[in-house]
Amino acid sequence: MAMLSFEKKYRVRGGTLLGGDLFDFWVGPFYVGFFGVTTIFFAVVGTALILWGASQGPTWNVWQINIAPPDLKYGLGLAPLMEGGLWQIITVCAIGAFVSWALREVEICRKLGMGFHVPFAFAFAILAYVTLVVIRPLLMGAWGHGFPYGIMSHLDWVSNTGYQYLHFHYNPAHMIAVSFFFATALALSLHGGLILSSTNPAKGEPVKTAEHENTFFRDAIGYSIGTLGVHRLGLFLALSAVFWSAVCIVISGPFWTRGWPEWWGWWLNLPVWK
Amino acid sequence: MKTFSRLAAVSVALLGTSLLTGCWERPPVDSYQRGFRGTAMVELNNPRDVPKQLAANAVPEVVPAITDGGPPASTVYKNVQVLGGISVGEFTRTMVSLTNWVSPKEGCNYCHVAGEGFEADTLYTKVVARKMLQMTQAINVDNKAHVGATGVTCYTCHRGEHIPANVWFTPPAAKTASRMVGGDGLQNKVAKDVGLSSLPADGLTPYLSQAMEIRTAGTTALPMRGETRNLHTTKQTEWTYSLMVHMSEGLGVNCTYCHNTRSFSSWESSTPQRVTAWHGIRMSRNLNNEYMEPLTSVFPASRKGEGGDVAKVNCATCHAGAYKPLFGAQMAKDFPALISKTDAPAAPVKVVSKR
Repeated sequence: MAMLSFEKKYRVRGGTLLGGDLFDFWVGPFYVGFFGVTTIFFAVVGTALILWGASQGPTWNVWQINIAPPDLKYGLGLAPLMEGGLWQIITVCAIGAFVSWALREVEICRKLGMGFHVPFAFAFAILAYVTLVVIRPLLMGAWGHGFPYGIMSHLDWVSNTGYQYLHFHYNPAHMIAVSFFFATALALSLHGGLILSSTNPAKGEPVKTAEHENTFFRDAIGYSIGTLGVHRLGLFLALSAVFWSAVCIVISGPFWTRGWPEWWGWWLNLPVWK
Repeated sequence: MKTFSRLAAVSVALLGTSLLTGCWERPPVDSYQRGFRGTAMVELNNPRDVPKQLAANAVPEVVPAITDGGPPASTVYKNVQVLGGISVGEFTRTMVSLTNWVSPKEGCNYCHVAGEGFEADTLYTKVVARKMLQMTQAINVDNKAHVGATGVTCYTCHRGEHIPANVWFTPPAAKTASRMVGGDGLQNKVAKDVGLSSLPADGLTPYLSQAMEIRTAGTTALPMRGETRNLHTTKQTEWTYSLMVHMSEGLGVNCTYCHNTRSFSSWESSTPQRVTAWHGIRMSRNLNNEYMEPLTSVFPASRKGEGGDVAKVNCATCHAGAYKPLFGAQMAKDFPALISKTDAPAAPVKVVSKR
């Protein structure tokens, strides 16, 4: 892949967190770095282990391949390889790959002298995953509380985990998370529609500017958050959705063992109307 | 801007307090695996609740067994219709026990009038007690699929009270039910039976009194036309969920105690407990229709529901929040009068029309 004419000036030395100059080079368009190497290592080992695990299972049907966590009886210890040990190693590889990728993003940010918004945002996705397979299992005392790696099997896990608390929609943090997901989708559709409208004017008319965009929203809802602000809003909404998702699962079990509808007893017992 | 940040601070504080004031629990929690690893079929329990639960379900002291009880009770007492076949010693022991279980304060006089002979059926409580003895025998003899060898005694439900703590009545239909707008289906009532959810508050009448079909899920992956189409309604599904939440609350278990929720209807992926529960639903319905409903004319109005119906049993009546009543204590085995049926003529109870 050829380098774009202006790209050269961004290919600067330094900014690495680990390894100094040793891995400070590019392969084609891709920056490598120490964390690029660890990303490749963990990703390859983890994927290979998933494939090997699938080969030991009963099916090659991609929907049904399932690499399940250990039985609860193994607690927070190591499980035999074919009884959840594989899941444990793959989990280590996944976290290694995700965190390496985030740190590689940090190195690139440092090279370019820009803010850490991208690795910060990706860190929330990692946090959600780590909450599911590390933090919550630790709080509940067994790795077996992690979710299985498989397309259908992880959905079955989600379903049963929800029904452990009778009705998960009553989980207050789940309510907040779902609201943020919807708000993210709404904000993105409003923003996307606005941008497409202003960049696709009628035939013969010039492309519209940010002032047109601001005016549209001031006319429509009385306020325009602006070209920069809308991206801050988008980041806030999306990260809030992920953050509250992590909260909603970490409170289910460690901090509440009964049905979520019952949790609202405190509301019914408020002294105002009790 | 200052107002805004103040407003934000106040709302964050309110949200924080509301999230914190809910009675949260804390780790460590106990968890029990109910299915294949990774399926999340798991029962959860707060170990700090256990002492309270054990105390609430403690078994009372049993009146010592009798080796030689003497002649049959029917030869000593008159009008002994249900327990006439057992020895008079065992009969007396049973009477003393059930007094302890049902009317420890009033004693014998809760059912018998002092000064009258024991044979007199003056008090309605005695007529009810006779029917309840027959019911207990029927549970222990005919419903082994549900109660197993553990069985039940009067104490399983009564626990020292005249009326078991968990009984139910059919709530009267909403006034607007027959009008164009229809009723509210008793939804959003904050009912304990449906775990404080918004589900219809009465999920029991359709299944534990009437025999409405519980399964509402379609049997085909896609909606079909013609004979295979699923005619069940959303409302029926909500009733089903009401019943299911009642069962969960009544037994202190979650949905995955019986079901793998990837397919609620599939017996292959369900736990064995679902079979026990299936029999339990039929047992409760049978007890309500065969033993409770016929007592409608016997009970005084003060013991009946708003609609004049008799108190009925549900899962919580025996279970009282435990996955097995009294956590599986083998209480009935010490009472031969309760675990076998005696061939006696039916109690003279006027049977009113059934629903």
